[in-house]
Amino acid sequence: MSAHRADTVEVAIPDSVQSDLRHGRASMVNRFFQWAATFSGTLILLTLAAVTAFLVLEAMPAFTTPTDELAHDVSWYTEAGFFAYVGPLVFGTLLAALIALIVGTPLAIGIGLFISHYAPRRLAQGLGYLVDLLAAIPSVVYGLWGAMVLAPAIVPVQDFLSTYLGWIPLFAGPPSTPARTAFTAGLVLAVMILPIVTAVCREVFLQTPRLHEEAALALGATKLELISTAVLPFARGGIVSGAMLGLGRALGETMAVLLILSPGATYSLFILQAGKHQTIAANIAAQFPEANTSGVSLLIATGLVLFLITLVVNMIARWIVARRAEFSGAN
Amino acid sequence: MAVVQDTKLAVELSSAGTSAGRRWADRAMTGLVVLAFLIALIPLVSVSWTVIVRGIGRLTPYFLSVSMRGVYGGMDAGGIYHAIMGTLIITLLATLISVPIGLMTAIYLVEYGKGPLARWVTFFVDVMTGIPSIVAGLFAYALFALILGPGIRSGFVGAVALSVLMIPVVVRSCEEMLRLVPNELREASYALGVPKWLTVVRIVLRTAIAGITTGVMLSIARVIGETAPLLLVAGQTDSINLNPFSGRMMTLPVYIYSQYRQGLVPCAADATDCIATINYDRAWAAALTLIIIVMGLNLIARLISRLFSPKTGK
Amino acid sequence: MGKRIDVSDLNIYYGSFNAVADVAMTIEPRAVTALIGPSGCGKSTFLRTLNRMHEVVPGAYAEGKVVMDGVDLYGPGVDPVAVRRHVGMVFQRPNPFPTMSIKENVLAGVKLNNKRIAKSDAEDLVEASLTGANLWNEVKDRLDKPGSSLSGGQQQRLCIARAIAVKPSVLLMDEPCSALDPISTLAIEDLIHELKDDYTIVIVTHNMQQAARVSDKTGFFNIEGTGKPGRLIEMDDTRVMFSSPAKKETEDYISGRFG
Repeated sequence: MSAHRADTVEVAIPDSVQSDLRHGRASMVNRFFQWAATFSGTLILLTLAAVTAFLVLEAMPAFTTPTDELAHDVSWYTEAGFFAYVGPLVFGTLLAALIALIVGTPLAIGIGLFISHYAPRRLAQGLGYLVDLLAAIPSVVYGLWGAMVLAPAIVPVQDFLSTYLGWIPLFAGPPSTPARTAFTAGLVLAVMILPIVTAVCREVFLQTPRLHEEAALALGATKLELISTAVLPFARGGIVSGAMLGLGRALGETMAVLLILSPGATYSLFILQAGKHQTIAANIAAQFPEANTSGVSLLIATGLVLFLITLVVNMIARWIVARRAEFSGAN
Repeated sequence: MAVVQDTKLAVELSSAGTSAGRRWADRAMTGLVVLAFLIALIPLVSVSWTVIVRGIGRLTPYFLSVSMRGVYGGMDAGGIYHAIMGTLIITLLATLISVPIGLMTAIYLVEYGKGPLARWVTFFVDVMTGIPSIVAGLFAYALFALILGPGIRSGFVGAVALSVLMIPVVVRSCEEMLRLVPNELREASYALGVPKWLTVVRIVLRTAIAGITTGVMLSIARVIGETAPLLLVAGQTDSINLNPFSGRMMTLPVYIYSQYRQGLVPCAADATDCIATINYDRAWAAALTLIIIVMGLNLIARLISRLFSPKTGK
Repeated sequence: MGKRIDVSDLNIYYGSFNAVADVAMTIEPRAVTALIGPSGCGKSTFLRTLNRMHEVVPGAYAEGKVVMDGVDLYGPGVDPVAVRRHVGMVFQRPNPFPTMSIKENVLAGVKLNNKRIAKSDAEDLVEASLTGANLWNEVKDRLDKPGSSLSGGQQQRLCIARAIAVKPSVLLMDEPCSALDPISTLAIEDLIHELKDDYTIVIVTHNMQQAARVSDKTGFFNIEGTGKPGRLIEMDDTRVMFSSPAKKETEDYISGRFG
């Protein structure tokens, strides 16, 4: 039988396969394709290296230029130096993200449980999709909503908190009206991180070993006992990593904070008072469009700080996920 | 009741067998869990409701077909044509950059990747997923500022910034889809004497194409609403600019922000052609447009995955 | 068109694990050779080295000689992709391409290699291959239906049609009936009988009756224990192997499971 190959000479003698089995041009294309795929993968590593390198390069002037010169060039910068500038911003970023985390995580766990163990099986997927819809709303729309709807509407809640819980420094008054405060911004961030945290929680709840659940039920456990003895302990690592992923999101979120928060640069714990806090991301977005060269350098330097913080948070989250995968014994 | 019952067993089998405390705790938990879900629905309903109610009035064909050029004060005029075009152009460019790189990377990870390089790529794709959008904007700025000098603003730089955010999403979803293609199909193809690259292109990609398209649509839906990086590098303008390589380019999200920033218009008491809330009205109408676009993309993505996924096996 | 294959000193590895050791055998042209043995003895692994499919698995490789008509398939400069066009393969589970119609499945080997083929030639090839696989009469009215719409047995015959459409010299079958019902199995066995007029066929099977029914030669593989390599214990005419095998191991295996 004659053997064909598109790119080699037709073999005339049917019983000789010798020349037909040699490497031809086809294997060159094959190797080129593999090379192209590998190159794309490597490009991602290069991109990330480039992100870091370019940010560092552009941020350099903020550290090499004498402080007094910078303070002269940039109206919002003082001679106190870079760390005095970025400190309150880091504090504000962490504060808003923590509020989001404290409000969002229990909610996400509840929703995850609702979808995985409480909702009727047939409805569960549709209900899960509703939560996913929260992720489809652009952040600028959340900002608009937070600033124009939530900030006025949340005032009574703020009043309530400061009246009855005012002895806790966090809720010390007087609360601002409208509530362009870290409290409101944190709440909106909580809503924004709900989908990702819920998705992770739901996933791990559904992975609870059937055997454990059935063992608990066979022992006469109620649903609550089932959840507290079989589901939650198994899911602890997953919940933590989901929360960390949410934290990473909240730390870097810009527009919602930019539109809602009335900025200020202090280390204040009073989250019900406006004009006390600002986050790194929102500060960059607010100052960048009008900034001069030195200002841009300073802002990029603060961006680098934000990048490092989120990098660490995300790495911890991934590390927890990876460790969980090792222990779960799957595969 | 005439039938003699084992009353003790009956009691134990009814819920009374469980102590009152345990029952209450169980019910409280059920209540809490349902409550958590309902709380999550509040912002969803509130955001959708507000955006629709406040945006629908101004969302007219006129609003969609004009820019903001020459519009000032409380004029009952102006629209989002320039912002829609900017969003479409920048997102299209970002897609053109991200999809080839993302897809090839996914192919590398699934079909070729082994050893340390593949592990590093996987790890850094994860890390890249966590880059804050504003940092992606700063990166694109820093890159082009080094090449073209400071103060650069253009649609293309915006597209590069969005690509940094989009690539990891594309890689993840494509990777997942490629791994779903049964290995048997690859082997069947190899056994026919088909080289690996043709097997990947003609069998693996062909089988996974519906899932890949869905993933790409979802990643577009994800970045089309991005504001912060575009605010930094694409800038703002009132006019139509269709050239992504030169000049500032307005986009829908940035438009929403800039309209909100302009705030209430101080109207003279006797002015007839002045609407005090005009900027907010435009912001809400633009927000409604943006949400319709994003939801539309989500819907199309889900339809594609439902209609075109191959029927493997039975 | 069937070809003779001479295997000598063949060692097969997964990474550092030696899966099959020191195989030497001659596979006769235009005959059916059956490979039998317990699970994990390396018979499927050995089969996959005959068309260099083994090395598709990351880290897997083979050392030794597999000579087909004077050409060592593992010699320098030999393209594994080209080898697979001469040595076709049918798998344990039917695996038609789900995105292709019945017709496209048959033409897959030609089309996927970007070869141009005239429309009439293509139709002839489809008919010839499906006829060769005893499937033509069942599917001739629905060639444009998806391949996955067929029954399991039909799918497997479609896969055989797909393999012979590339016009190989040798056809490898890796437990081709293990996922099929008895009637489909019979159809495939009949087909193997007909195919051996044109092709050299090597079939791995767990079913000893099947080996006895379809094959001319039988090779018995065994393994001493887990972690040890599988070896070819004995090979002879099927008639001899099932009546008076030379080795006791073979007799134990055959009598222990037979019937």
